[in-house]
Amino acid sequence: MDELRKPLLEVRNLKKYFDKSRGFFKKDKRILTAVDGINLHIYRGETFGLVGESGCGKSTTGRTIVKLYEPTDGEILFEGVDLATIREKDMLPYRRKIQMIFQDPYASLNSRMTVTDIIAEGIVTHNIFKDHEDPAAATQEKIFELLESVGLKREHANRYPHEFSGGQRQRIGIARALAVDPELIICDEPISALDVSIQAQVVNMLQDFQKKFNLTYLFIAHDLSMVKYISDRIGVMYIGKMMEIATSDELYDKPLHPYTKALLSSIPVPDPNNPNKGSRIVLEGDVPSPINPKEGCRFASRCRYAGLTMAKKDFPGSFSDALIGKISIKTIFNPETKEIVISENKVITDLTAKLIDELGFKEVIVGKEDCFTKTPELVEVRKEHFVACHYVKEINADIL
Amino acid sequence: MKKKILEVNNVKTSFFTHLGEVQAVRGVSFDVREGDVLGIVGESGSGKSVTSLSIMNLIEEPGKIKEGSIIFDGVDLTKLSNKEMSEYRGNEIAMIFQDPMTSLNPVYTIKNQMIEVIRRHTDLSKEEALVRAKELLTMVGIPDPEHQIHDYPHQFSGGMRQRALIATAISCSPTLLIADEPTTALDVTIQAQILELLKSIQKQTKMSIILITHDLGVIAEVSTHVVVMYGGLIMEKGTVEDIFYRHQHPYTQGLYKSIPKTTKKDKERLIPIEGSPPDLLKPPKGCPFSPRCPYAMKICLEKQAPLHVISDTHSSACWLQSPEAPDVEGFTKTKEAK
Repeated sequence: MDELRKPLLEVRNLKKYFDKSRGFFKKDKRILTAVDGINLHIYRGETFGLVGESGCGKSTTGRTIVKLYEPTDGEILFEGVDLATIREKDMLPYRRKIQMIFQDPYASLNSRMTVTDIIAEGIVTHNIFKDHEDPAAATQEKIFELLESVGLKREHANRYPHEFSGGQRQRIGIARALAVDPELIICDEPISALDVSIQAQVVNMLQDFQKKFNLTYLFIAHDLSMVKYISDRIGVMYIGKMMEIATSDELYDKPLHPYTKALLSSIPVPDPNNPNKGSRIVLEGDVPSPINPKEGCRFASRCRYAGLTMAKKDFPGSFSDALIGKISIKTIFNPETKEIVISENKVITDLTAKLIDELGFKEVIVGKEDCFTKTPELVEVRKEHFVACHYVKEINADIL
Repeated sequence: MKKKILEVNNVKTSFFTHLGEVQAVRGVSFDVREGDVLGIVGESGSGKSVTSLSIMNLIEEPGKIKEGSIIFDGVDLTKLSNKEMSEYRGNEIAMIFQDPMTSLNPVYTIKNQMIEVIRRHTDLSKEEALVRAKELLTMVGIPDPEHQIHDYPHQFSGGMRQRALIATAISCSPTLLIADEPTTALDVTIQAQILELLKSIQKQTKMSIILITHDLGVIAEVSTHVVVMYGGLIMEKGTVEDIFYRHQHPYTQGLYKSIPKTTKKDKERLIPIEGSPPDLLKPPKGCPFSPRCPYAMKICLEKQAPLHVISDTHSSACWLQSPEAPDVEGFTKTKEAK
């Protein structure tokens, strides 16, 4: 890694909240924390992959960077200029430098415009050929050139989007993004809607353009094997928080965050005799809601390392007193009536603590204090490898 | 040899639209044996879903099974009336779909929907059916079924809905479960949960599964046998090892080369399959893959190859396997044509 490399884009403490409050005067405050204070930087010419499950905020991050959403807080430094606070009229040159390719090639092209109109729109808006003697002819020539470079033909220029297949439409989307000579392209799930055999065509094309024009990509996707393949560095998100950032090889070789470990081991491997077939970490439960999240690590409720067994024999005084205020990791059922004593991830009150003690439980698995009360910071634990976990050293004692 | 559960013989299914006849499935044959997990892999428009709907006899107007037979337990399902078929659906053959929300009725609770299914196929009383439903939900890993069974589908997450559907599908202990892209709409950690669940249920109940997917990873994870479809035809079939380690059809090969392997360290460039899938309104005369095939010969454009037998378990529909074909590295020739 070149120490002197300067990031092209630097995102600091970026937040994007959506107000979903309900009721009279919106008394029922419900804040959806789609992106909740993330940091990342992307160097010129590299591909930064952003992965995570649906609802983790990866697409919102991409859209906030191009200011399709107004950020709630934080800085978006592009070539040192903070786009988060810049005035709308000063934003125009950056809208040219940062382009976007969308997931759905059906929804992202205007069905009433021809391919020429679609690609020309950006060229005209940004006056790319204003110094040219014949701007119209130059634009048309550029469109032909772009179409050919994305593997389409000149005669496609006057057709409408519905005349193309999904893969071809995505090529039009790429041509549109390239038309204004961008520096950074945000690829928001650009291949997810395409068939397997077409995905590789589009990915190879994106890589060729990157080399040719020295482009920088922010590649957002949920297909982890494709992200690994295309990215230099990868950030893993979970409910609005960045969990881990590392180079692509290091992340897949030595994932340090418990969530990344589980996520990577969930990828189905196209090899029936895969030696790791049996050792998969299957996460229990579902992704919790991003609305009004509590303090603490977002992953704690599903984390296998966030639990601590409290045995009755260790508390000669009162077991129930020791349990009060702790968080129960698992749902505890009354062994006789099968009724719930306490459901998972709930705080044990003095009444339930007494009940648990009376029912004769020998041990209870409770949440570790800091996992549930303190949000871990993203810290560099190895060179260029950032992890947000309180227990990263303990969990990875063999590596760190 | 294990008992044959299902025999699909030369099934052709078309949709007669205003634009013309869309030949979605153009002559497909395969068997499913007891305890097999048969993966059907293919891209959109390859005919994999229509094949499964044909087995369930769920092809609706303007679609029609034009030809062929589907033998289940000695009975040709294509000849049955809708009423006779409903004896098989749910009881003997159950199906789960890609989008769990559209397969559940949003205005009934999970309890109502499960009890309805259980009581339709068994003579359990309402109370007994409720007990059975709760047992099933516990089996598929719904936490606290005692209470959650009273919830409506929208109160369940995507993964839980798919679990509830699997629970309903296995409620009458079917001999065959057809799962059409059961994990495509789910996140990868949830997908892992559902795949583990399907595997463990299969082990417990010994039922056979037909798993339809476009994801080679999912196929490798759970299948014992694989059918590769393209343009309404079977390109290659065999055991999961045959298909992953000894694939003989250029399409299977292309598919395999176009996906990145996370296990590999070096990032060798992906090799895409150029071009796009055929239009089934006017399918090509010869092999549907021939316009995209790097090995296409003259005969490929004129005539579809028969399934050439490579081993007892493995066959491939490519002319490269024909005894008269030129020698090409990586492809084996057959001794006999089927």
